[in-house]
Amino acid sequence: MSLARYTLRRLLLGVAQVIAVATLVFVLTEALPGDAAVVLAGDIPDEERIAQLRHALELDRPAAERWAGWLAGLARGDLGVSLVSGRPVAGVLADGLPPTLVLAGLTLLLLVPISVAAGVAAAVRQGRALDRVLTTVTVGLYSIPEFALGVVLVTVFAVRLGWFPPTAVGAPANLLQQPAVLVLPIAVLLARPVCSISRLVRAGMIDALGSGYVVHARRLGLPRGRVLLTHALPNALAPGAQQLARTTDWLLGGVIVVESVFVIPGLGTLLNDSVAARDIPVIQALCVVFATTTVVVNLLADLAAYRLAPGALT
Amino acid sequence: MRLDRRAFLSAAAITLAGCAAQPTARTASSQPSRGGRLRAAFAGGGAQESLDPHLANLFLEASRSKAMFDKLADYGTDVSIVPRLASTWEADKKLSTWRVTLREASFHDGRPVRAADVLHSYARIADEKRTFRAKANLALIDLKNSRAIGDRTVEFVLRRPYAEFPNVLAAFGAYIVPEGADEFSRPVGSGPFVFGSFQPGRSLLLKRNPDYWDGAPYLDELEYLIANEESARVNAVLGGQAEYAHDLTPATARTHQDGGRMAISRLSNSGMQAFAMKVDRPPFNDPRLRQAMFLLADREQMIDSVLARAGQVGNDLFGKDYQYYAAGIAQRTPDLDQAKWLIDKAGAKGMKVQLDTSAAASGFLEAASVFADQARQAGLDMTARPGNKDTYWADVLNKGVICCYRSGAMPIETHISQRLLTGSTTNATKWARPEFDALYDQAVASPDAAKRGELYLEMQRTLHAEGGFLIWGFADWLLGASPRLRGVANAPANTLDWARFDKVWLA
Repeated sequence: MSLARYTLRRLLLGVAQVIAVATLVFVLTEALPGDAAVVLAGDIPDEERIAQLRHALELDRPAAERWAGWLAGLARGDLGVSLVSGRPVAGVLADGLPPTLVLAGLTLLLLVPISVAAGVAAAVRQGRALDRVLTTVTVGLYSIPEFALGVVLVTVFAVRLGWFPPTAVGAPANLLQQPAVLVLPIAVLLARPVCSISRLVRAGMIDALGSGYVVHARRLGLPRGRVLLTHALPNALAPGAQQLARTTDWLLGGVIVVESVFVIPGLGTLLNDSVAARDIPVIQALCVVFATTTVVVNLLADLAAYRLAPGALT
Repeated sequence: MRLDRRAFLSAAAITLAGCAAQPTARTASSQPSRGGRLRAAFAGGGAQESLDPHLANLFLEASRSKAMFDKLADYGTDVSIVPRLASTWEADKKLSTWRVTLREASFHDGRPVRAADVLHSYARIADEKRTFRAKANLALIDLKNSRAIGDRTVEFVLRRPYAEFPNVLAAFGAYIVPEGADEFSRPVGSGPFVFGSFQPGRSLLLKRNPDYWDGAPYLDELEYLIANEESARVNAVLGGQAEYAHDLTPATARTHQDGGRMAISRLSNSGMQAFAMKVDRPPFNDPRLRQAMFLLADREQMIDSVLARAGQVGNDLFGKDYQYYAAGIAQRTPDLDQAKWLIDKAGAKGMKVQLDTSAAASGFLEAASVFADQARQAGLDMTARPGNKDTYWADVLNKGVICCYRSGAMPIETHISQRLLTGSTTNATKWARPEFDALYDQAVASPDAAKRGELYLEMQRTLHAEGGFLIWGFADWLLGASPRLRGVANAPANTLDWARFDKVWLA
C-alpha cells in the first residue's frame, strides 16, 4: 500500500472517530442529571422560569433533532453558540486556546532535551551514584499525581519561598508576557513524561552501549562523545519517540488538572466550566478539538514509524 | 472524582500553607488614604459570567453590579431598607400607589438618572418573555399604569396594597440602568466605579468614578479576578496577587487568623443554615415528627463541627437580629428523651429517612452527616443522600422529604413571600396554609409598622412551633484580605456594605 493511500484511509477513519467521540459525549452529557436551564435557574428553581429558559435555549426540542442540527453545523464549520453566554463557540474556544497551547507547546519543547540528557547521563554512569540518584528521582516523581505535585510546588516555591506566583490569577491574557507564572505549571506537566521517557532512553542507551558496533567504534579509537552521540544515541531514541506521541495525548488530560490547580483560563478550565453548566455546544466543540488532536498526533507518529520501518505497517 | 480532588486540594493547601505562615507585625488602623488598585479574587462562573446587572446571580456578579450600578434602595446591615438612588418614598392611604423621589445622580456618560431610566429598568426586569432574577419581586408593580412625574419622581401603581414596597426597591438584582440599555459589553451605570476592560472568566478592571453621588471611592482602580478554588484565592492573597479573597472556609480562616499574612474578616450572621422538611407528605406531615427533629438537633455540635465555630445557633426562625425578628421566643435546646418519645408516638421508630444533600453550598455534606448521626441517636434511621450539586436546588424543590438548605440575607417579609405562601415559587417546605397566607396579606396591607410587627410575630410563632424549616445556625461569612486593606465593613452577605469597595482603602 502506498503512503498516500494509507494516509487517506487513516484520515477518513480519524473523521469517523472524531464524530463517534462527539456523539458519545453528546449522549453522556444528555444522561447527566439536569440541563443548562436547571443549572441557570440556580437557587431559585421556579418551574415556570425553568420552562421559559428551556424554551429560550431550544432545549425543549428533541435530543436527536438538536444532535442532527449540531452535526450539520459542524459540516459547515459552524460550532454554534454557547447556551449560557450566547457567544459563538468558536470565539469561546479561541479565548481558551492560547494558554493551553503555550503550556503544551513549552512542555513538549523542554521535554525532549531534558529527558534525553537525563537518560544518557544515567546510562553512561550506569550503576554509579548519578544513575542511582536519577533513578530514584524519576521513579519517585513518576508516582506522584499531577494535582498533588502542583499543590506541593505551590506551597514550597510560591507561598513559602515566594519565588514564583502561586497561580495565574490576574496574569496578562498572554501568559508569555509574565513567564514566571508558567514555571510551576510546566514543571508539573514535565514531571511524569520526563521520568518515563528518560527511563526508556536510559534503557535503550545501555543496550546500545553494550552492542557490538559501539564496542567496535570504541576499539577504533573514536572520541567517546562522538560514539555516544552519533552511534549509540540514535538507536536508543526509537522507544522514546513512540512514548513522545503517547505523551502528547496525555498532555491534554494533564493540562485540565494543571489549569485547574494554577487557575489558568485555558481549554481545560473551559471544559470544567461547561460541563458544570451543561453547556453542550461548548463541550461538543472541545471534544472535537481534543479528539482531532489525538487522531492527528497518532497518525503522525505512525507515519514516522512507517518511514523508519516500512515493513511494519498494517 | 472532581469533588474528592477538590476536597483534597483545599485540605492539603490549608495544611501546608498553614505551616508556611510567618507572623509579621500588624500596623494599626490608619486614616483613609487615596489611590491604588485593589485586586479582589472571587469564584466565577466561566462562560456564565455577565456584566448585565439584571442577570446577576453569583456573588461575584452581585459585587460587580454594585460597583458599577445602584439600586433605588438597598439592605442595611440589619437588613432594614436604606435609600440609595431614591431619596424618599411615600405611599397613598391605600398603600397601592407609591411616589419615589430620586436623588440627584448621573450615569458614567454624564446623563442624569431620571424617572424614565427607572421605569425602563423595571420594565426590562419584569419582561414576561425574560427570566431575570428580580422578576418575581417586581411582579406586583402594575408598570403599565406607573408613570414618571417630571424627571425625578416615579409614581408606582401596585396591583394590591403593599406596605413593604421599599423591600422591592432593594431586591437582589433590581439595578437602575440607563433608558434603552439592553446590551452590557461596556456597561454604563451610576455606581462608584466606571467600566474599564473585561475578559470573561478572567478579570474585570474598573476605574474610580470621581463624581459618584455617595462620595468618590478611595481606590483609583478595582480589579475583579476569578479563582474558583478556595485554595487558589487564598494563595493569591498570600502570594501578593490579590488583596481580597472572597468566601473562605472556616478551616482556612482558623489556619490564617493569627498568621499575620492575611487578615480574616468575619461577617457575622450572613448565611442561614437549615434543613427543610416537606410538610405535605409523610413522614414530616406529622407535626410530632417535626417537633422531634427540632428537639433532637444538637445545634451547638453543628456549629462546632460544621462551621468550626464560625457562626451562632439558630432558633428555627429566619432573619436573626433583622427587623421584625421574633427575638422573644425562647431558644430551643436539645431534649433527646422528648424527641425519642415523640418519634415513638409518631410510629417512626427505626424509620428510614433520606436526607438530601450535595456540594451545592459549602458545609452541606458535613451538616447532613452530623445531623443524620444525631437523628440516629434519637431512633430514626436517617442517612445522608448526596446528590448532584449543579442541579441541587431544582432537585430538592419538589422531590424528597428533607434536605439541606441555606439562604443569604433578605428581609423577613421577602423570605415569607418567596418561600412560605401557598403560591410561593420556591416553597421548599411545601408550607401552604390559607390562615397563614391571610395573616401575611393582612400584614402587608397594614400601614402601621407596629401592627405589622405583631402580625409577623404571630406568623413566626406558628413557624417556630410547627414549621418545616429547622434553622440550626447562622454562619459567618469569611473573607481573607491583605493586611494593607482597610475599611472592610462587618455586614452580612447580600447587604449593601458587603463586597463593597468604594469605602475601603489600601494603607
